[in-house]
Amino acid sequence: MKEMGMYMKGIGVFDVIGPVMIGPSSSHTAGAARIGKAARSILGEDFYKVNFYLHGSFAKTYKGHGTDRALVAGILGMETYDERIKYSFDIAKEKNIEVNFFEEDLGDVHPNTVKIEFLKNDGCTSFMIGSSIGGGSIAVINIDGEDIYFTGEYPTLIIKYKDKKGMISKISLAIALGDINIATLKVDRESKGEIATAVIETDHKVPKNIIDELSKIEGVSSVKFIDAI
Amino acid sequence: MYKNALDIIELTEKYKCRICDVVLMNECKISEKSKDEVRNKVKEVLNVMKESANIGLSNSIKSVSGIIGGNAKKVEEYRKKGKTVCGDVINKAVARALSSSEVNAAMGKIVACPTAGSCGIVPAAIITSGEIIKADEELLIDALLTASGIGQIIAKNATLAGAEGGCQAECGSASAMAAAAIVEMFGGTPNMAFNASAIALKNILGLVCDPVAGLVEVPCAKRNAMGVVNAMSSADMALAGVESVIPFDEVVSTMYKVGRMLPSELRETALGGLAATPTAIKISQEIGIE
Repeated sequence: MKEMGMYMKGIGVFDVIGPVMIGPSSSHTAGAARIGKAARSILGEDFYKVNFYLHGSFAKTYKGHGTDRALVAGILGMETYDERIKYSFDIAKEKNIEVNFFEEDLGDVHPNTVKIEFLKNDGCTSFMIGSSIGGGSIAVINIDGEDIYFTGEYPTLIIKYKDKKGMISKISLAIALGDINIATLKVDRESKGEIATAVIETDHKVPKNIIDELSKIEGVSSVKFIDAI
Repeated sequence: MYKNALDIIELTEKYKCRICDVVLMNECKISEKSKDEVRNKVKEVLNVMKESANIGLSNSIKSVSGIIGGNAKKVEEYRKKGKTVCGDVINKAVARALSSSEVNAAMGKIVACPTAGSCGIVPAAIITSGEIIKADEELLIDALLTASGIGQIIAKNATLAGAEGGCQAECGSASAMAAAAIVEMFGGTPNMAFNASAIALKNILGLVCDPVAGLVEVPCAKRNAMGVVNAMSSADMALAGVESVIPFDEVVSTMYKVGRMLPSELRETALGGLAATPTAIKISQEIGIE
């Protein structure tokens, strides 16, 4: 299955002959691995237990499509073409990581959706929800209960700040000074003057010094960087 | 740069080149990469294809669910005995299409082309046809670029997703891609290539996506075998000078319209067609999928 994603930047050769991937399904296997990888990138790498809540088609066919093995491979950092995906359960065991699968109705979301919950070594619990939207493309739709939307095709910044005039220009200036081009920018806020969230997709990886600069801007409360997945 | 077959044909006339050259030019432009960089990446893709199309010929590969497997090897052993209906070329192509499909179902490495479910068709077509004319690696890379160009047009004007268009969108598209690739490899004109694609896609128009137990196994693997044979015979027709009465661009938009007319039961949901047969339901229960 193939759709979405590719339309944003035109359809290239490797959108048609690709991806190189572990079968059997670009949406149920490759997409699942990428959602797992997104979770690792967003929630961190220091976890001892992961719970997967599978929704819709993911819940119905996850065993036959290897969706479960692909998700586990993803949280372990494997790529969609890694031939160890098939053995990811054993690899998780070796690393003393416990994985559990549950079927759950996650509401009005894409049929191929999963909630991934990390139980971390510092005692915290954190989760994200991701959908496999076709052809191996994915969308992250929620982090720790907050709705969001990005695909991981590009390096992505998630910046939270107090909603007030001029914030966008300060943020974009700091990014431009790092010689980084903004591909897309989406801003949303709880209500006027409250906490706003900017999701910024860039053409290049954002280095640590720029992330630090962004954090220093008055009114910015958090900066998260997720590299292209 | 192009959005349909007419555009591509115009460009090939303007630059006096093949479809694959136009596709390469466009890719360099949109990816900001050099020709060599793009060709090298295609070469990597080709290597994965060769591996997945050939490994099943000598190894009996079982799918994760256990429903399918071992058929590529059966066909190859049968071919080697020398007495077949369709001859060496077709049987070799069929075995290779089955091989990639089996590797996919066994959680092995494949190239989605255009999708994982239809991953067997293009590799089997270009490798097997390439053997006839002793094509070198560069010619196979050209063939993949041609195939990709056809897929790009279908993606822009229709769909490559079984969930949207049924099997015609996956195996039909793969057949059309493979048919044009073979024609260019054999020295046919861009017009001949699009005629081959049009014929191949017309032949699978309306084919439903009805995977047993929702898995990419039955009837997918054998439809890959059918798809490569369809591509090869369409290519031969076009090279012989046979034309498609309905031009490729019209066939593509028709494929999309037909796909939208298909009820959702016949678009990858595993609720209709072969997936709803008593045998399919029994298989689903046996492997624990509702």
